[in-house]
Amino acid sequence: MSYEPKILGFLCNWCSYAGADLAGVSRMQYPPNIRVIRVMCSGRVDPRFIFEALQVGADGVIVMGCHPGDCHYLEGNYEAEKKFEMVQKFLKLINFDNRVRLEWVSASEGARYAEIVKDFTNQIKELGVSPAGGDNPDKTVLGKLKAMQKAAGGDRLRALVGRERKITEETNVYGEKVSIEKFNDIFDSAIIEEYYRQRILLSLEKDPKSVKDLAIELEIDPSEVLQHILVLKTRIQADFQKIVGNTPIFMKT
Amino acid sequence: MTEKEVRIGVFVCSCGSNIGGLIDVKALAEYSKTLPNVVYSDDNLYTCSETGLQQIRDGIKDHNLNRVVVASCTPRTHEPLFRDTVKEEGVNEYLFNFVNIRDQNTWCHQKHPKEAFEKAKDLIRMGVAKAVKLEALENIIVGATTTAIVIGGGVSGMTTAISLGNQGFQTYLVEKEDHLGGRLNNLYKLFPHDIEASVLLDKLKQNIEKNKNITVYTSSKVTNIEGFVGNYEVEVTHSENKINLTVGAIIVAVGTTLVPMDTVVKEFRQALGKEVFNATVKTIVPPSVTKVMQADLEYAFIHNDFSEDVKKRFPNATLNPSNVVMMQCCGSRNNVRQYCSAVCCMTALKNALILKERNPNVNVTILFRDIYTPGTEYENYYRKARDSGIIFIKYPDEEPPAVVDDKIKVFNEFIGEYILVPYDLIVLSTPLGANDDNKELAQMLKVPLEENQFFLEAHVKLRPMDFATDGVYIAGSAKWPVDITEAITQGYAAASRASTIISHDTIEVEGATSFLPEWNKKVCSGCEVCVTVCPYKAINKNEKDEIEITQVLCKGCGVCGATCTNQAIIIRHFTDEQIMSEIHAFGGV
Repeated sequence: MSYEPKILGFLCNWCSYAGADLAGVSRMQYPPNIRVIRVMCSGRVDPRFIFEALQVGADGVIVMGCHPGDCHYLEGNYEAEKKFEMVQKFLKLINFDNRVRLEWVSASEGARYAEIVKDFTNQIKELGVSPAGGDNPDKTVLGKLKAMQKAAGGDRLRALVGRERKITEETNVYGEKVSIEKFNDIFDSAIIEEYYRQRILLSLEKDPKSVKDLAIELEIDPSEVLQHILVLKTRIQADFQKIVGNTPIFMKT
Repeated sequence: MTEKEVRIGVFVCSCGSNIGGLIDVKALAEYSKTLPNVVYSDDNLYTCSETGLQQIRDGIKDHNLNRVVVASCTPRTHEPLFRDTVKEEGVNEYLFNFVNIRDQNTWCHQKHPKEAFEKAKDLIRMGVAKAVKLEALENIIVGATTTAIVIGGGVSGMTTAISLGNQGFQTYLVEKEDHLGGRLNNLYKLFPHDIEASVLLDKLKQNIEKNKNITVYTSSKVTNIEGFVGNYEVEVTHSENKINLTVGAIIVAVGTTLVPMDTVVKEFRQALGKEVFNATVKTIVPPSVTKVMQADLEYAFIHNDFSEDVKKRFPNATLNPSNVVMMQCCGSRNNVRQYCSAVCCMTALKNALILKERNPNVNVTILFRDIYTPGTEYENYYRKARDSGIIFIKYPDEEPPAVVDDKIKVFNEFIGEYILVPYDLIVLSTPLGANDDNKELAQMLKVPLEENQFFLEAHVKLRPMDFATDGVYIAGSAKWPVDITEAITQGYAAASRASTIISHDTIEVEGATSFLPEWNKKVCSGCEVCVTVCPYKAINKNEKDEIEITQVLCKGCGVCGATCTNQAIIIRHFTDEQIMSEIHAFGGV
């Protein structure tokens, strides 16, 4: 049985939304699965929006902006790209990265818009119903997406994404230029750390747990969990609750 | 909602048969009634017609609506009309929301009426969800200065200044050289009518002198620019003195710089054996061979002799040659400069004709890759050159002509053979390039340059004289090499664009901007990421060490809001809350 995927598109007002209009004016036909949210610039697309869409049942999310160098706001699309890269790094962890896409469509590319929507719809069709969508969404996957969304809303990752272009293309406040490779090393580990920290917090929100229980739930080493708990403790987000036998139990503050 | 109850009216347009022909607009209007906060909905044949607009007005009056949603074509064409309509009835224009069910729906799914209907339902649900969260906004009115500064005193800059001065605007004209005129000073005659350049220049200078609205600063440079549309503070430095000017608009007319022959020859030499014309360069013009640029020839025509510099380097250079060979596209349309310099074909024709006029027996050969002479007048000029006996030889991109002893060896594509052309004067048509200080100025103005370092306009067709930065305009060769005729045309065009700003003493700025509300200032950690990402430098830290957003500078892109580490910044009209509610409505949550 074939299914009709639910696709959400974020289109920038100046290029891709105009391109989508042109597709209509030129009567280009494409699959009717996409629903569009208009934003002024692709750089407005907060990563949290994409995670939200995936949690409310989107099988695929596409962000479209102006071609590099053509941005109505000079460089908003470069920022969009950096934000999108973060989203993809997260989604790779749960094999969801094929469900999102970033594309550049100019106001004159009606045909390209139609082609991309067609292609993306087919891609999502092939992937099938999102584990987080449909009638019976997988609670574990939803929880993971929630953790990603929270991490993407946190100051550590947002500061990294916001400064990426400045520190890799120009210099940081100390006048040092950071190589893309080095930046990515830092960024990749930040993604993993923040993802697990948010998962720990979400789990502790339900009920206080021991490090061992968290390690089983998260499928990572207990020593890693402990490290995260210690960081969360300094952030005043988690704390020690009580000791049961010899086992300390932690809670969300 | 703490204030009054949200009362939404939804108007579904049939757009003749464009929408109604595929999907049931009546059913859509009925569906709309089931949505939260919708108190009234109706369909009509054309919402944009007077009848349709009246329906909106009546709806607001009769049902006490405080939000209006129209589901029809696209906001890109009709949003202003509907905004004005709701405003007439006392509803703030930002409390209007548009749902696109034609351009992005019925027109694109003509074979799928059922799916298109479902899509329209979803889109209306999303549009209504956003409308619930919309907030009234006011456009910001700021005072403005009715003066302008023109940077660059060449032909386009002078034309702009004269036009603005004649309209009664106080205009400052800044030129870095000690005299006005720019490249016009270096030209002998002007194609296609062969009037002398000095005649035009004198006339422009006279018009500037007698215009009391124009103040000229020669030997001066713009050294700092602050402010925003209507209120720019420009610092002009004249020797050691700094002059501060307040202007409403800025016109960039900085022109171009001739790429010198040595640069071109050096590039040729470096390219030897490498790919330049999408093929391997095997030949060059040796350094010792007597050669001049078209510009040197113009100089010689004006002064009836070559410049001292040319005579020193090439003692054999003669203004009474028997065999002149002109070589086109030297340093342009290659991998170093991919663009066409636009003026060289006509310049070569002009100078060749002048040589012929001076001595009808001279042989002039023009070696070219393509001859561009657009329009009737230029094409006639080309024909005139052919009729006068000037010889045209097309050389292949991959094999530029080579100097072999006292002849020039060129492969003639038409006969498929090498031919040898005698010469006693070689004239290279070198291109016009971007000025070295363009980058400096672009950074001061916060406007972009394109890959060849020329200035880049906001949109090649929709806003050709504007920059994306409001109140900054462009004219002449600053954006591309243009000839004198075009430079004048653009000078007038830029003056006209600038006058739309400086003819008012106030400016209305879009209310949908980024915003750091008082109640969120505690949330802000002062990390300054927003300052880094703002493309308009609209965000700064003030003396109190607080983030401050200058509303008039903000264009509302929303990048800062999507980046803000603590989500303290609100993007008006596209708030997190508004977009999230659209996403939830999409998911049917």
